[in-house]
Amino acid sequence: MTKIIQPKKQSNIFKRPSSETGIWSWITTVDHKRIGIMYGYAAFFFLLVGGIEALLLRIQLASPDNNFLSAAEYNAMFTMHGTTMIFLAIMPISAAFFNYLLPLQIGARDVAFPRLNALSFWIFIFGGVFLYSTFLFGTAGAPEGGYLAEEVSRLGSAPNGGWFGYQPNAGMKYSPGTAMDYWAIGLQILGIASLVSAFNFITTILNMRTKGMRFMRMPVFTWMTFAVSFLLAFSLPIIAIALFYVTFDRQFGTTFFLTEGGGDPILWQHLFWLFGHPEVYILILPAFGIVSEVLPTFSRKPLFGYPAIVFAGFGIAFIGFGVWAHHMFASAISPVAQAGFGLSTMVIAVPTGVKIFNWLGTIWGGKLSMKTPMLFSLGFIGMFLIGGLSGVTHAIVPADTQQTDTYYVVAHFHYVLFGGAMFGIFSGLYYWFPKVWGKMYNETLGKIHFWLMMIGFNLTFGPMHWLGLQGQVRRTWVYAEETNLAFWNLIVSIGAFIIALSILVFMANWIYSRRKGPEAGFDPWDARTIEWSIPSPTPVWNFSKAPEVKSLDDFWHMKYDEDEEGRPVKRDTTDALLLELEEEGLNPKEDIELPNPSYFPIILASGLPFLGYAVIYKSLPLAIVGVLLILIGSFGWGTEPLEEEFTEDTENE
Amino acid sequence: MFRHKKIYWLSFIFLSSCIEDAPLDSLSPAGPYARSIDELFWLTFWIAVGVFVIVQGALLFSVFYFKEREGSPEPKQIHGNNFLEILWTIIPVMILAAIAVPTVQTIFDLAREPEDALKIEVIGHQWWFEYKYPDFGITTANVLVIPEDQPVRLEMWSNDVLHNYWVPKLNGKKYLVPGQKTYLNLQADSPEEFWAQCGEYCGLSHSKMRGRVISMTEADFASWVENEQSYAEKELPESSLAAEGQLVYLNAGCTQCHVIDGVWDVQGDRIAPNLTHFANRNVFAGAALKNNRENLTKWLANPAEIKPGTFMPNLELTEKEINALIAYLGTLK
Repeated sequence: MTKIIQPKKQSNIFKRPSSETGIWSWITTVDHKRIGIMYGYAAFFFLLVGGIEALLLRIQLASPDNNFLSAAEYNAMFTMHGTTMIFLAIMPISAAFFNYLLPLQIGARDVAFPRLNALSFWIFIFGGVFLYSTFLFGTAGAPEGGYLAEEVSRLGSAPNGGWFGYQPNAGMKYSPGTAMDYWAIGLQILGIASLVSAFNFITTILNMRTKGMRFMRMPVFTWMTFAVSFLLAFSLPIIAIALFYVTFDRQFGTTFFLTEGGGDPILWQHLFWLFGHPEVYILILPAFGIVSEVLPTFSRKPLFGYPAIVFAGFGIAFIGFGVWAHHMFASAISPVAQAGFGLSTMVIAVPTGVKIFNWLGTIWGGKLSMKTPMLFSLGFIGMFLIGGLSGVTHAIVPADTQQTDTYYVVAHFHYVLFGGAMFGIFSGLYYWFPKVWGKMYNETLGKIHFWLMMIGFNLTFGPMHWLGLQGQVRRTWVYAEETNLAFWNLIVSIGAFIIALSILVFMANWIYSRRKGPEAGFDPWDARTIEWSIPSPTPVWNFSKAPEVKSLDDFWHMKYDEDEEGRPVKRDTTDALLLELEEEGLNPKEDIELPNPSYFPIILASGLPFLGYAVIYKSLPLAIVGVLLILIGSFGWGTEPLEEEFTEDTENE
Repeated sequence: MFRHKKIYWLSFIFLSSCIEDAPLDSLSPAGPYARSIDELFWLTFWIAVGVFVIVQGALLFSVFYFKEREGSPEPKQIHGNNFLEILWTIIPVMILAAIAVPTVQTIFDLAREPEDALKIEVIGHQWWFEYKYPDFGITTANVLVIPEDQPVRLEMWSNDVLHNYWVPKLNGKKYLVPGQKTYLNLQADSPEEFWAQCGEYCGLSHSKMRGRVISMTEADFASWVENEQSYAEKELPESSLAAEGQLVYLNAGCTQCHVIDGVWDVQGDRIAPNLTHFANRNVFAGAALKNNRENLTKWLANPAEIKPGTFMPNLELTEKEINALIAYLGTLK
């Protein structure tokens, strides 16, 4: 019988946590799979919140000169919608995939630093809670000297300076109250979470690959995780510094971005977009990775041009740092800068095109099985293509000066981040559903979800191109009836509710299938990568023994040989092999050593919001509480018993 | 039959919403700058459409043609093709290079200062645009008047936050930045009224920061300039409603911020529109409202109701005072 080695019940500050089920087992877990699941659920919760905010926006804009939301409420809603979707929904959903899949794809037992992984998750949670506590405690109002006809409601007391927080509008003089401080400090905290996991994933990929898992044998999803981690590591420090400047400007009277003190509001734009553009690739590259896994599996063909796709991914990540000023073509930059950034923006279309062509090459001549993950991946290509092409029109600087700050841009980046990133994410959610839960989702509901979302999505964001070209500016609380924008705005709002409906179908499917879905087996898709060679749901130890990888798509080649025509032929040994893998996967022969749960990540993380409140309310006691929690967390973390004190737990025998 | 009718009805709405004039339409250029942008946009658009049709076509074709059917054979395991990789790298590069040439050219053409341009200063305020004509000594707001068929060079900055000046039918956008000057050229083919809109989010009433640009024949423009240079009449017929209104203007608090040349000059920052020729402007309140009696009544009763965050206080004017004030404003031609 298997032995899972457990540490002696030793304590430094607290007794070492030992629950294996129940709430405490989740709070103290360092298991990358559980952390991934928690990341997923938390991110999905925020996705729903951000979606509700979007629906409120769409109700307001459904008719001209509408008064459903006040100006303060509308501005707060679009700020929170953007901030939530980027930092609290898509980034952490990607993190959920990274966490769950990365160790499985490289044949590791866990990530390099399991407790750091838990820390990153808890910082994300506390950052999200901190940011959203603005609805309880935040205040917002008219600029200094301005008047409001009515008091700002709770809904309007959220940050209202836009997710981009342009200065000086987001400064204290023009956005008084505490709401924008919640925004700046909330993002700061969330940034720490992403930085921590970025270094964790980089180290994991560099050091924890199983035998034979050379770089050029890594699944593309792992490659994209690698690229995204570098993007995070290089771009987040920039926004961190910029957010510190903002907080200092707002709280301590500095003038980094304020003209009256010799500062420069355009500096903020440069800093923000130097982070903000790589951020776009942080959001989309994970979806590229997912799609590059799904398409080969459901086409029963290897990925076309694997090295090209990998290098294109890194090319995009690299060039992504050199295009930021295309967000500022109408801003105060010279024609030389406009030309330079216009050209670099065109250049980035090339590796993106290479990816799309290679995906088409992958499905070309394949045997396409139209399951829900495949539908979403194909939908991804189609929708992302539209977003990519409208992106090229932004590189045409003069044309962009007409389009920027209009709904055309809103349409463009929703085609990239919803039609792209979210379609990819849904594809991945369906694809790995059986791996995570051991059950199969309901295919009919999955297809209904896909088609509803496809229709709703295009109804929502397609007409926005037109609205933008017809002159509807972004962040517009109302539009005049004379602008003749009413009809398409109504269609857009209807589309938004169809998307909402499709999300309900998705949730119903998820909840139902997790309980009642049929057993999936460990390789329901006849898949290619090694995470499918272990039982579903993934056992707590992942691989019962470290796998040895002999080629790209190793699991596929274990199952299939090729005939002289190059068509796959099942090996004679395959059925026996699969049985053996399942048997072995569930009953490991060797003793297994797993990272041990810990209280300290959550304790350390819980100190950060206190520090945030301390800055906003200039409160020494809160600062002391925050620092103490961080100190206790770090001290306990540092002194937690290590491997040498392991003893064998014989109770399992 | 009913169903068909519905389709007709829908397509009617669809078509009408396309054909109907949208005053902020960026695809109906009415001057050379906007036209050069428009040409570039359509060039790119049609190339993009071509790429879209080919790629989306290939996608849809693959989906239908290679869809798994009963008895489909296992596919050949093809890992890639270097020739294709090079091909689909080089073709996009060539297409983009072809677009890049006119793009860069247009960038510099648009930025160049035209010869003999009329210079106008545009100053952004939360939430209205102020215009100054340094050559003529004119200060006005909300409505920019320009001569037809003559280039205009806008020199712009902001008095508070970032704004973004946009007259879609005449040119693209340009930011107004505090402490820094930016420039934008406008030129209109013929006498017409255009809409302007602030593009950059600038706070609570951003969506109501609008404007009008009116292009005039040379003769009309000259007489407009002459009229704008004149001062308002200080002595009004006694016991007229307008005279009462002038007293309201002088005593109720309006003079804190609003200048009327010849009647009152504000000391210190002039943070509100100059009202000297208010009655000649067809819009007010950041061009959010048409200049008529009904709107003025609403606005004067409580400005923040219409433009949240506005710097114009509710002066608690009585109905009588409002009527008098409106009568007075009507004389400011």
